[in-house]
Amino acid sequence: MAAGQSPLAQFEIKRWIPIEIGNLDVSFTNSSTFMVLTVVFTSAFLILGMRRNALVPGRWQSIVELFYVFIANLLKDTVGSQGRPYFPFVFTVFMFVLVGNLFGMIPYSFTFTSHIVVTFTMALIVFLGVTIIAIAKHKLRFFTFFMPPGVPIVMAPLLVPIEIISYLSRPISLSVRLFANMLAGHTLLKVFAGFVISLGMFGVFPLAFVVALTGLEIVIALLQAFVFTILTCLYLNDALHLH
Amino acid sequence: MSDSKQNRPINSLAKRIESARKKAQELSRDKKDKKIASGSTLGLALRISLELISAIIIGIVIGWLLDKWLDTKPWLMIVLFFLGAAAGILNVFRMANDFGYTVGYKKNSKKQVKKYRN
Repeated sequence: MAAGQSPLAQFEIKRWIPIEIGNLDVSFTNSSTFMVLTVVFTSAFLILGMRRNALVPGRWQSIVELFYVFIANLLKDTVGSQGRPYFPFVFTVFMFVLVGNLFGMIPYSFTFTSHIVVTFTMALIVFLGVTIIAIAKHKLRFFTFFMPPGVPIVMAPLLVPIEIISYLSRPISLSVRLFANMLAGHTLLKVFAGFVISLGMFGVFPLAFVVALTGLEIVIALLQAFVFTILTCLYLNDALHLH
Repeated sequence: MSDSKQNRPINSLAKRIESARKKAQELSRDKKDKKIASGSTLGLALRISLELISAIIIGIVIGWLLDKWLDTKPWLMIVLFFLGAAAGILNVFRMANDFGYTVGYKKNSKKQVKKYRN
């Protein structure tokens, strides 16, 4: 198969402006471009939408307020009133992942959430941030988190390592969930789109399937942004309340 | 006679409304539960396998690093592989308990106690 026709070619990183600092490759790639685009679009969408700040919102302002209220309620339901100070972070994470996922649905664009580096970095920031908040808030009491209540002390040497491993596995499951969903979906789309031409007249069947799959992919893009956010909220809840 | 016959539906109206409301509530709750439970079955399957595998990977990596540091190849890795597998099963167990995204003990154990009591 020629280069560019592979279903995986869409995930290739292309250096658009090569920059090197020492041995570090910090080139401006297509991935960076779409991240910048996402941030610019999200900021413009939110700021321009609230520009008039009317008491009775217009269409655009309603959409912006819808996003705000949605995340605010999510945070209130999962964390409670103590989660208020962390609302800007949670909202930013949600909008970044959501718009990034949706940008990936535009043909010829690049999905930066389909790269484990990106999602794992985000998951690591969430994980480290939450752990630091928990330690700052509860000091040494944080470590009782790893000892389930009502367990005989004899079991502790076995259970505490298991709990610690379970805790450390959080950023992996958080990042791989988003990355795998995006990667699998976009690859599947390309694979089935490849059948359209090669099957000739019967190509209408894969074509219909691709149309349906595109709808499903948009749902997954929304859902995975939501899942990433709700998990961030739940980890924050654990950190603030230690259950 | 006919009077009481006409009155009967009105007399029991409150009761019937109550029972209908209860039924509707239960139905919607069932639907909600089902929606949360199934979501997309593929997504659920992915989530379960992910929870299991990520814990095992973390166990193996920690074991491997400790082995390198303490020069005890390969014993700690083997021990931590099993601990990681246990942690993975624990993750899956917690997740499967209420099909939610909750992690940790207290919340779940409280819920479970309630479940067993009822």
